[in-house]
Amino acid sequence: MAIMEFFGCSFIAFGPPFAMFRHTVAHDPVRIIILIASSFFWLLSLLLSSMWWALLKPYDVPLAWSVGMSIVLQHILRFLVYRFWKRVEWGLKLVADRDSKTGVVDNKKYIIAYVSGLGFGIMSGAFAFINILAESLGPGTVGIRGAGDSPMFFVTYALTTLCFILLHTSWNVIFHAGMNKRNYGLTFIVIVSHFAASSLTFFNKDKLYWASILPNYFNLLVSGWLAFRCAGGRLYWMKSEHYHRLHQL
Amino acid sequence: MDLVHADIGSADSSRRDRSRVTVQVPEDDGKPEDDGNGNQVDDLAVEVRGPTARRSRPTSANRSPAGGGVVDVDRGDFASADRQRREEGTRDQRQRRRPPPPPTAEEEEEFELKYGAKHVIKLFAPVSLCMLVVVATISSVTYYTKREGYLVYTPFHEESPETGSKVRDAVFNSLILLCVIAVMTCVLILLYKNKCYRVIHGWLMMSSFLLLFMFSYLYLKEVLQAYNVPLDYITMVLIMWNFGAVGMMCIHWVGPLILQQAYLIFISSLMALVFIKYLPEWTTWVVLGVISIWDLIAVLTPGGPLRILVETAQERNEQIFPALIYSSTVVYAIVNTVSDDEDTNRANLAGNNTNGGVNNGGGDSNQGGPLSQPGGPSGSSNGLNPIDIADGFTPQWREGLESRVERRNREAVASTRPTQTRPNYGAANHPNSSQNHREDNHQQNPMDDDEERGVKLGLGDFIFYSVLVGKASSYGDWNTTLACFVAILIGLCLTLLLLAIFKKALPALPISIAFGLIFYFATREIITPFTDVLSSEQVFI
Repeated sequence: MAIMEFFGCSFIAFGPPFAMFRHTVAHDPVRIIILIASSFFWLLSLLLSSMWWALLKPYDVPLAWSVGMSIVLQHILRFLVYRFWKRVEWGLKLVADRDSKTGVVDNKKYIIAYVSGLGFGIMSGAFAFINILAESLGPGTVGIRGAGDSPMFFVTYALTTLCFILLHTSWNVIFHAGMNKRNYGLTFIVIVSHFAASSLTFFNKDKLYWASILPNYFNLLVSGWLAFRCAGGRLYWMKSEHYHRLHQL
Repeated sequence: MDLVHADIGSADSSRRDRSRVTVQVPEDDGKPEDDGNGNQVDDLAVEVRGPTARRSRPTSANRSPAGGGVVDVDRGDFASADRQRREEGTRDQRQRRRPPPPPTAEEEEEFELKYGAKHVIKLFAPVSLCMLVVVATISSVTYYTKREGYLVYTPFHEESPETGSKVRDAVFNSLILLCVIAVMTCVLILLYKNKCYRVIHGWLMMSSFLLLFMFSYLYLKEVLQAYNVPLDYITMVLIMWNFGAVGMMCIHWVGPLILQQAYLIFISSLMALVFIKYLPEWTTWVVLGVISIWDLIAVLTPGGPLRILVETAQERNEQIFPALIYSSTVVYAIVNTVSDDEDTNRANLAGNNTNGGVNNGGGDSNQGGPLSQPGGPSGSSNGLNPIDIADGFTPQWREGLESRVERRNREAVASTRPTQTRPNYGAANHPNSSQNHREDNHQQNPMDDDEERGVKLGLGDFIFYSVLVGKASSYGDWNTTLACFVAILIGLCLTLLLLAIFKKALPALPISIAFGLIFYFATREIITPFTDVLSSEQVFI
């Protein structure tokens, strides 16, 4: 049963991101490099957040302060990533495969934003979930005895991880769109959305899982739709005669 | 298609004066044309023109059918009048009139950087695979984390509980190991300089024999024990014999590229596992640091052994022990065997196709081997440069650069005559050239092909990357493992970027190991407590 839980939760949390990776990133070397570089930047943001938390630890502040600061730091680094990719875009064009049809340098302006958002997301999801996954393999599981922890612990963890990975992806697209068009309202929306998502997860410790997962998924839907629109997509493309336009994205 | 045509145009007008055959892809006017013999020329016909034929303006009446392809058009029987009538045409006539500029230095720069990202991925994949094998083994087979004795090279066993004495033991152990490695490297260089290829060959074969048979047997035994799978000795002998024999062949002789790469990755991970098992805790980390510094010194300083090795190999136009190095493309000893000299050369170089394994217990001579960008296709324009393929050193690489640029400009040129002077056209040719007689092509060096230009990484680099990540994973914290993995990949990326900029052999260890060590300690000490608190409350950031 532990193996089942392990595989189930890992597929829930990492299945869609892995599919996104395989379909949109894996064939193009430049995108893989962008993904890994963005993961590295997220790791840096986590390092800074942890340093902040360690500084505050002797003062017994509630976790919310560290979480808030971490969000701010992530967005600062998101901004730095944006500037970085803008700066080296000429270099990416150079190393890109000229004959590849789905390279980074096509007309798709938000590919870099999407790929680096995916990098951020995968790294954040991995850091949040991998240790828990490793524990789920082990003997026993959480919540067998009914008193105390909930048996839904792993599943809700996996669902929230998936939500955050996809959220990071969409936030990055919206963020880049906002910076490109100088529409700072969009970047503000990203920050607010991130704060909302993280604050909702505070419900988890009281086991109010539905209170945290449902609104977060609603948040994901809204952010995803907004990202789709910012990248140039339109809703009527979902009709079958307009599917081909999705390739423009 | 536009690229093809543009190139043809350029090929035509700028290379008119050279003694080469150019192929014109005629424009389509829908009318099937027949050649002088009354045969229908099909849609894929193109025309071969000699370089001296002066092109006249194409008239609309004489357009040949559209081309994409090449057929054998060795039409020596045509009258020259026919040839004059038969127009070449490109799709864009204006392009024919306008001679394109020769490739500028910028474009050349662009061409060489064009392969940067692909090469990075070609190295990411094997490095990740090696690390994955090591991490998977460490987390499932407890044998490699059990402390059962030490190597003779590390006499200080860090048994005292005080931090100071542990550090002192670790430092002494690493210095001893460093001395052993330095001495072995110098012995290797001496042997190489004195052309004692047989001794080197024998040494490397012996060490790879040991790795492929004994260490693999131990590995298999431990894995079977860990998963509680019974296996009889007879099957075991069969498996080990086949595995080992094929491995020896692939590594030292000739084998399918993917098999050779797989074996090299496997023996690197075996060696990394040996290091993880037999080195004391703190010694491992200090050794990693010390080896990176050694790598930096040995490859970059003028008196460094690895630099001497690289330069000697370059002088002699040989490869540096191709089997000590993981290569992402096939590496041949010789391009073509035209003369007897080359045959003996081939024998010598085959002796050099020695193993990538390291010696028993760490006196390995290929630690942090230089990371080099291979260059060259045999670069000269007559294509019969007999020797060198895989060394990517600056002068040859530069020589090759011009011819490669030239060749790219003539991508659609196909050789249809047996007397073609350039047998180097490979798959980089026009896509329909498969219809061509590829008479020389099977002999040509695939390294000539643009797409096949690969990059190399020493096996010592694989080993030490995997040691770092394996050691990190042996403590059970997956966040640390992941952080080290990403840090090493980023370091490798940066190293390859530097390689693309400086174009000489560079040490691959320092940047990656530095990043890896920093992130290991930072993650372990700073990040992990934070993420532990976050996950205990199930809060996401």
